[in-house]
Amino acid sequence: MEPFTTHTGRVAPLDRVDVDTDQIIPKQYLKTIHRTGLKEGLFADWRKLADGSPDPNFFMNQPQYANASILLTRDNFGCGSSREHAPWALLDYGIRAVLAPSFAEIFYNNCFQNSILPVVLDAQEIQRLFDHVSADDRFELTIDLAAQTISTPQKSSFQFSIDPFRKQCLLQGLDAIGLTLQREQAIADYEVRRTRETPWLFQDLCS
Amino acid sequence: MPKSMMRQSSLSREPPPCQVSIEAGQIAERQIPDMTVSQCVPDKAEGLRATSPIRHIDSSRIEVRLMAAHTLFDKIWGPHVVHEDPDGTTLLYIDRHLVHEVTSPQAFEGLKLAGRRPRRPGATLAVPDHNVPTTDRSLGIADPLSRIQIETLEQHCADFGIPLFSMHDVRQGIVHVIGPEQGLTLPGMTIVCGDSHTSTHGAFGALAFGIGTSEVEHVLATQCLIQKRPRTMEIRVDGRVSPHCSAKDVILAIIGTIGTAGGTGYVVEYTGEAVRSLSMEGRMTLCNMSIEGGARAGMIAPDETTFAYIKDRPMAPSASLWAQAVQHWEGLRTDPGAAYDRVVTLQGEDVAPQVTWGTNPGMVTGVDGVVPDPRSFTDADTRDATTRALNYMDLAPGTPIVEIPIDRVFIGSCTNSRIEDLRLAASYFKGRKVASNVRAMVVPGSGLVKKQAEDEGLDVVFRAAGAEWRESGCSMCLAMNADVLQPGERCASTSNRNFEGRQGKGGRTHLVSPAMAAAAAVTGHFVDIRHWA
Repeated sequence: MEPFTTHTGRVAPLDRVDVDTDQIIPKQYLKTIHRTGLKEGLFADWRKLADGSPDPNFFMNQPQYANASILLTRDNFGCGSSREHAPWALLDYGIRAVLAPSFAEIFYNNCFQNSILPVVLDAQEIQRLFDHVSADDRFELTIDLAAQTISTPQKSSFQFSIDPFRKQCLLQGLDAIGLTLQREQAIADYEVRRTRETPWLFQDLCS
Repeated sequence: MPKSMMRQSSLSREPPPCQVSIEAGQIAERQIPDMTVSQCVPDKAEGLRATSPIRHIDSSRIEVRLMAAHTLFDKIWGPHVVHEDPDGTTLLYIDRHLVHEVTSPQAFEGLKLAGRRPRRPGATLAVPDHNVPTTDRSLGIADPLSRIQIETLEQHCADFGIPLFSMHDVRQGIVHVIGPEQGLTLPGMTIVCGDSHTSTHGAFGALAFGIGTSEVEHVLATQCLIQKRPRTMEIRVDGRVSPHCSAKDVILAIIGTIGTAGGTGYVVEYTGEAVRSLSMEGRMTLCNMSIEGGARAGMIAPDETTFAYIKDRPMAPSASLWAQAVQHWEGLRTDPGAAYDRVVTLQGEDVAPQVTWGTNPGMVTGVDGVVPDPRSFTDADTRDATTRALNYMDLAPGTPIVEIPIDRVFIGSCTNSRIEDLRLAASYFKGRKVASNVRAMVVPGSGLVKKQAEDEGLDVVFRAAGAEWRESGCSMCLAMNADVLQPGERCASTSNRNFEGRQGKGGRTHLVSPAMAAAAAVTGHFVDIRHWA
């Protein structure tokens, strides 16, 4: 996985609460067997108006956000389905960080698996950032994961908290499976003990 | 999880449909008994000894283990810990892994690229369900992308020796229907699947939750997941629900109460007389929609109802192992005095048949209610979200729910496609006809549910009423196959999500119980089935 250390990028606003993964990437784009090329499906239904023309008010149709890499949004972002296609689509579009007052849990987990940083800030801090973006549609932020800070060009700074293990994985781009496999012996010991205690859990299924 | 993930949904500011009381923070006030680490958690002593004193390690987490009284969750989580770091990062063992065609191809590809093999192929069961046609399967799959995705699943399972029920197997069905049906789902297990409705399996007293594709790969390779201990929430439903209400109405009322993010960061245990009196089908419906309230997992302590359901199923333990397992399972209940991080209570008698009016499952009211006015919400986010939802749903504030006309009815999905759901729906269709302007589809949850329904003559009832009787699969719950709403069509659906476009771009979904869906099919609009002849 690509490490995430510091990142500076333009901030795109998505001023809606409860954005679900069906909106982030609608189901017709889930038929792929690949992880890449999913930006085509990103917010596919919200990009367009009912008549099929691009919605001029949606950030993805506004040229100033063409290269945005930080998404600013509201509460409970990523609720709904577990589809990892949602962070894959964001990443494919170039989004490296999502800022919101809260996230749905599975989406939040899935971001870390893909080197996207989901940042939780207070609702008031998120509102201040929305104010910045409305005042300047070229507004940029710098995220420093090691320091756990987000800074504006005016040098005002927001502190955020993050689980230390997840932070380390992102900073170093660690392969989570590789980490678990380092405990192979503990897993094997566990299986031996539990097979003795609860043998019905270790019966192989067959079709 | 960061504390701000605990947000109470803004929708909870609506007048709750039920009487509610919330007691938070109980756990923080309890004293930690003076015990040594090794006495309490012997298999994790090494990990914890590095940090001293113990009270400085996330006390809310440790404390639960030190208390004599444990929750059901504690009793499942604890024995599945393979390793725990001082910061609480836990390597959790996974007993069963369910796989379907949509969220697995990239995981299998990842394994192959890294030269890894599944650790326990026999702990995994695969089934195609999201993309399968619900019409005659001997004709194959018309959509080439859907076909490739299902063929890819079959190929990966063959390559890695993973058991698979193919599309043509009578045991095929929705992954969360077939697990319990086969006796794969057992009390005390950890169960995962690349699907958010994995919470369904919690109905058996299992810890079951949805994961992303990277974690699917992780479980295949290691049979473990890296987790942090979640908080616990008790949702207690006292009393009895009306005979016209079902588990679907109860869970919708719960989500209307706690909001779509009310359960974020928690594992929910459902308790109380109204829960205890549910059949296994009802319990699965309840746990299934835990994720719509934000909780990754919901669970119900196993009891005689659970054991009777599991006994003699093909993958359940048999003979002497059965007795040993039941003895173990009988201990899987929350001890008196065990504390949850949060408690929510509802009164069963207060639950009316529920109908969603908006674009998330928390936007719900009783069938005797009206579409709300966005201006009635003080919170700006909620006002905006409601305005947007009513615009998408093409509903005017103040419209009585019973006056909303419908075009389509979908009875199916991992929420409501089991035999009991179909029996209930059939009882409302019997001797009646689907309204002339309504198209109704009934999609059983598995090939075996279909067969049982046909053995009981339910298919004859559906067909005689003018409803379509189809092959099993996820179907129009998410419309990945050919079963799709047309733009503007309004559907009474027994599924779990009413998100924009969920059942088809521009389609409008109202979530209801099977009984409410069947009654709506007959009348062409929602009806209060409590007063319907």
